[in-house]
Amino acid sequence: MSDPTPQPATTTAGDATAPGSAAGHTGREVPVHLAPRPVITESAVGSPPPPVPRSPGEMVTVTIDGRQVVVPKGQLLIEAAEAAGTYIPRFCYHPRMKPVGMCRMCLVEVEGPRGSTLMPACYNPVADGMKVSTTSEMTKKAQDGVLELLLVNHPLDCPVCDKGGECPLQDQTLAYGPGESRFVEEKRHWDKPIPISELVNLDRERCIQCGRCVRFADEVAGDPLIDFYERGDRTEVAVFSATHPFASYFSGNVVQICPVGALTATPYRFRARPWDLDQVESTCTSCSVGCRVAVQTSGDQLVRKIGVDCDPVNWAWLCDKGRFDYEAVNSPERLGAPLVRKDAELVEVSWAEALDTAAGGLQRAVRAGGGANVAVIGGARLANEDAYAWGKFARAVLGTDNVDAQLGDGVPADVLLGLPRATIDEAASAPLLLTLGTDPKEELPVLYLRLRNAARERGLQIVELTPTRTGLSRHAAVTALHRPGELAALVQAVTADHDPTGDVAGVAAGTIAGIRAHLVRAWQEAPVRRGRPAERPSIVVLVGRASLAEGDAGVRAAVAAFSGLPGVAWLSGLRRGNVHGALDMGLAPGVLPGRVGLDQGRGWYESQWGAELPMGRGMGTAEILAAAARGRIGGLVLLGADPEADFPDALHAVKGLAGARFVVAVDSFLTDSARKADVVLPAATYAERRGTFTNLEGRVTHLGAIVTAPGVAWPDWMIASELAYRLGADLGWSDLEGIWAEITRVSPLHAGVDRVALAGAAARDGIVVPAGDGGAAIRPPRPLDPMADPGIASAELHAVAPTALAVDVPPVKQASEEERAPMPPMLTTPGGPAPPPVPVEGDAHRLVSRRSLWDAGTWVRHAHHLSPLARAASAALHPDELADLGVAPGDALLVSNDRGRLSLPAAADPSLPRGVVAVAWNAPGGPASSLVDASGRVVTVRVEVAR
Amino acid sequence: MTVTGAPRIVTRRLGGPAPWTLASYLDDGGYDGLRKALSMTPEEVREAVNVANILGRGGAGFEAGRKWGMLAKSEPVYLTINGDESEPATFKDHMLIETDPHMVVEGALICAYAVRADQIFLYVRGEFALGLERLQAAVNEAYAYGAAGGDILGSGWSVDIVVHPGAGAYICGEETALLESLEGKRGYPRIKPPFFPAAVGLYGAPTVVNNVETVSNLPWVMRNGADAFAALGEGRSKGTKVMALSGHVKRPGNYELEFAKVTFRDLMFDARLGGGIREDRQLKAFIPGGVSSPWLGPQDLDVLLANEKIAEVGTMAGSGAVTAMDETTCIVRAAWRIVRFFHRESCGQCTPCREGSGWVEKILQRIENGQGREADLDLLMDVCDNISPGIRWPPAQTTICVLGPSIPPAPASGIRMFPDELLTHIREGRCPFPPDRLPGRVAHV
Repeated sequence: MSDPTPQPATTTAGDATAPGSAAGHTGREVPVHLAPRPVITESAVGSPPPPVPRSPGEMVTVTIDGRQVVVPKGQLLIEAAEAAGTYIPRFCYHPRMKPVGMCRMCLVEVEGPRGSTLMPACYNPVADGMKVSTTSEMTKKAQDGVLELLLVNHPLDCPVCDKGGECPLQDQTLAYGPGESRFVEEKRHWDKPIPISELVNLDRERCIQCGRCVRFADEVAGDPLIDFYERGDRTEVAVFSATHPFASYFSGNVVQICPVGALTATPYRFRARPWDLDQVESTCTSCSVGCRVAVQTSGDQLVRKIGVDCDPVNWAWLCDKGRFDYEAVNSPERLGAPLVRKDAELVEVSWAEALDTAAGGLQRAVRAGGGANVAVIGGARLANEDAYAWGKFARAVLGTDNVDAQLGDGVPADVLLGLPRATIDEAASAPLLLTLGTDPKEELPVLYLRLRNAARERGLQIVELTPTRTGLSRHAAVTALHRPGELAALVQAVTADHDPTGDVAGVAAGTIAGIRAHLVRAWQEAPVRRGRPAERPSIVVLVGRASLAEGDAGVRAAVAAFSGLPGVAWLSGLRRGNVHGALDMGLAPGVLPGRVGLDQGRGWYESQWGAELPMGRGMGTAEILAAAARGRIGGLVLLGADPEADFPDALHAVKGLAGARFVVAVDSFLTDSARKADVVLPAATYAERRGTFTNLEGRVTHLGAIVTAPGVAWPDWMIASELAYRLGADLGWSDLEGIWAEITRVSPLHAGVDRVALAGAAARDGIVVPAGDGGAAIRPPRPLDPMADPGIASAELHAVAPTALAVDVPPVKQASEEERAPMPPMLTTPGGPAPPPVPVEGDAHRLVSRRSLWDAGTWVRHAHHLSPLARAASAALHPDELADLGVAPGDALLVSNDRGRLSLPAAADPSLPRGVVAVAWNAPGGPASSLVDASGRVVTVRVEVAR
Repeated sequence: MTVTGAPRIVTRRLGGPAPWTLASYLDDGGYDGLRKALSMTPEEVREAVNVANILGRGGAGFEAGRKWGMLAKSEPVYLTINGDESEPATFKDHMLIETDPHMVVEGALICAYAVRADQIFLYVRGEFALGLERLQAAVNEAYAYGAAGGDILGSGWSVDIVVHPGAGAYICGEETALLESLEGKRGYPRIKPPFFPAAVGLYGAPTVVNNVETVSNLPWVMRNGADAFAALGEGRSKGTKVMALSGHVKRPGNYELEFAKVTFRDLMFDARLGGGIREDRQLKAFIPGGVSSPWLGPQDLDVLLANEKIAEVGTMAGSGAVTAMDETTCIVRAAWRIVRFFHRESCGQCTPCREGSGWVEKILQRIENGQGREADLDLLMDVCDNISPGIRWPPAQTTICVLGPSIPPAPASGIRMFPDELLTHIREGRCPFPPDRLPGRVAHV
């Protein structure tokens, strides 16, 4: 867990200067020959800002409404008052943005040497001896005055305004404002709402010019696509031109933070009144960041998701995909009934028939070929409990280790799970973040916001090893663009014991020397910077796949090269929903629940589960599909997986599905893969079933349920239980609590994590596993600021189980020595040595295929306000290469190799090196996966002008 | 010579043939002040300015030397000359820039030398088309002459000058808004703290922002000595001051007067100066220091034109813009005209100024149009009070900058000095002053 409170510097100056001083770290010594030297490649944005100066912890005494409080020197008055329990009204101030002092609502009387004056509390720091009154006549007059003035030009159309009922302007006018207005003149008029993007509408009449949206776009999102136009009371928020809408991945946040109804979200407008909304606190499952949300419903339909301020994770922000993906949950395309193939058609049947058919098919496969003849692919959509249930079902009932939650597009579980993990806070406060090409802006958007903030405000240095520029490149100290498929060589050069003598993987020797200098500097700085104790990581590596048009050899080589170095911790860049929860629950070949190796944990789990576990490591998704294509898989379960769309090699996936003799798909939508199944079982999604979620840090949080699933869709764990029952086994529990009790009993990773407490309102920040010796203590979150998060009635936020409300953060249950002793050890080292380099040969161009936020994925496709945002596929080349080919952007290009051929419009991307063609992954109209083969070599293609 | 016999300091070259040319300027001893300064150390120049006690001529009246002394000790240091003179009835810098741009340039160079500035920005109101042209020409000539750029006048000291036109916003005359504007951002005044550009100014660097007239004094001070300057005037108000006289006087215009030696009566009625009220009517009221200052009446005519003396009667000398209003002036219309200006020029950052300026304007418009209510007088005062609590002088404020407190003085002065006239508007349901008796286009505001 991160510690937001200031830490005194504990290390000495000597620590700072000795290159090999990372003495607190385990692992090998810092190579001293990596001498610091000037950085060669600085990004165009200039030198990084100096680290934020730390308050030395000095405290001052101030008097707020007659009460003396001791607060940190330099704290803003508005924060000091809030900490002391005094709420000062405000509009423009937002605790996650810099103060601007525009609305003047927070004026308070401050007694000074020259008499009392009104001071804005939002940007004035406290000073020793300050006397503040938030209730004096002077303060009340100012509050009255500002509110009356704010309402001069604000229309009183509250009855038809979406914000009515949860509007800070309404609320604060009632609490602090005059009873009526003396303004009798005509108000300012503008056209009623104008769209500023596909998702956001602007009503300028309602705008009170607080600038929150404008500041968010620039300061937080880095998409300064809206700004103020004109001046005075004619000031309006505006986009720069009709052809440049507010097309930010984070546009929904401005709707959330708007203190009036000026900004409304197209998917939510006129759908509900706030007082009719029910809500539950939950976690967004759109990607693996695990943003905390309030899921809000009206009439058993999801109508809105709002970001909850979770200090270690999302700071109240959400990406638009996470915010609006609830439209897919409501989609009429959702599966509501089980389907069984009869006469080549999938027809609706009862659960009993579907389960009998599925169980029968799986049983036949097991009888025919043993456990090795069946396989389970997928699981990232599932909650932790579901994943545990399916993992137990696969191993203890089906007798197979052929389980894989990943679809060949991630990092092998045994490589990832043994790595020391960093939290997002640790990554943000480390001296250096090294990425292996993951583009967090596209794949993990809110992580991008946190890293961007750290780079801009906290001096985080970012070094990217990537085949193409990413959303983070603007904020990176070094972006080393390497040739696709040659990450391994670059990593070896970066971590070698001498500087390279020439270019490596297309990266200049000077750039590599610069990266090495950054590493050395990080090791030198880490022990003393901002007083962090030495056990905090010096270097955090964001590990994930940059391009799906090559195998994972580069990533594995990088893990092998960096994992032994001191002070290195890892942030997983796997992006799909609850993939980390699925891996932690054992949905990976050779891995048992709790990050335990199959062989190390066999005895323990056999005794706990009362069943024999399969011998030998099972197959991963690529091998399963290959085996299926050869007719060696008799029973295949697709657990919310769509290999045809998501497996990098489309042909391989299609052949595999065709070759599997019996396929059961457990899904919420009838995906391309599910259409080919013999049995399709409808599964409930988030907000329809309870559970827990594990994010990329290993942070376990609660998933709330608030709507009923469509038709007769079930939670996944229930399906596993019922299938087990039909196969003559009892998985041993009949509810979620039973599953969780078993997980904490058997999984060394989850020992002591109290599920009831996790579901309590105090557990907003969740618990990072493994919890360590300190136990799984729940840190109470800071109270929700109703102005920062309008729309969330914090008092009404309730956890699911009625009993949970009565539980007031129970004491942490520490497993006793006897309970703990027999548990198997968790994985500690990544499996396997660095793979041999993969030779590059073939056609002239190397293909890079990366994900983008808006794609043709199942959830985006079924959210009807999001699906139009996906950009059609294109083939991007350096403009010079386009010129050589004699084509202009938009002209048709033929991209082909021995696997397939795609006709795509050309696009120019000056950041691409020559010889590289970029085709977005899973973009509508051009499945790049048809060009990729699963061999792991980098994909090469011919690029020609289409005739 | 001024009416008191004191020398003219910043307007002495007015009236000659083409005084804006380098040749003309050199004929009159141009750039000798800079030469003198360069022969001294920067510390000595600053000390001379301290002795001269030049009060800032932009409105606030802050001692230039003190301002320079507050510079943070870091590099680079910027000097910005504020030529964004945009307030109605203020037109002294306009004249100085158009007629004697070399004096402005030389003053800026002396100032830059004294504060060791690395770069000079001359920020000039965009509407001063001719002034901008002549100032840019003067800068070009200064470069060619060797008085600007590298190795200035052989001294080894170098500084560059950039002329930057404003884009039509009065608020950019507020020094922090000016800096934002120079940085290419919206002209929003900055929140304080940090209080002074001397600590955190342009691009975050220590910055001196001085008025055009302020630095125009420097060449004379260098040539004639600080003591000669300090010998003029009285008390804190040393040297001379250009008074921009406008309104219903017979001879409106800029008059350079010895500070603290001349009264408002002299300025408006002396035959060599204002020459009396037009058509020998009665003076009804006058605005002593620009349209943001509280008004005075005939009983205050004998107040001396000195910062501290004017402050004693509850208003300010400001930038030295005096506007006379005769008995035919409709007070409501005058206040409306002034408030309308501030309404249109409010940047819109702070609620009280953004919304209050428009509301006050609408109330005054209503009263003028005969739709006022008696309660409107209290309402006007209360809205003004919400912008500038207490409606006192010097003003308190609920806003970031002083544009907000500039709104109340006109309506509040009108109500305090002429309550009956406002009530007449309200009770008769019409303006008692016929539009045809009003000069110019004021009737159409």
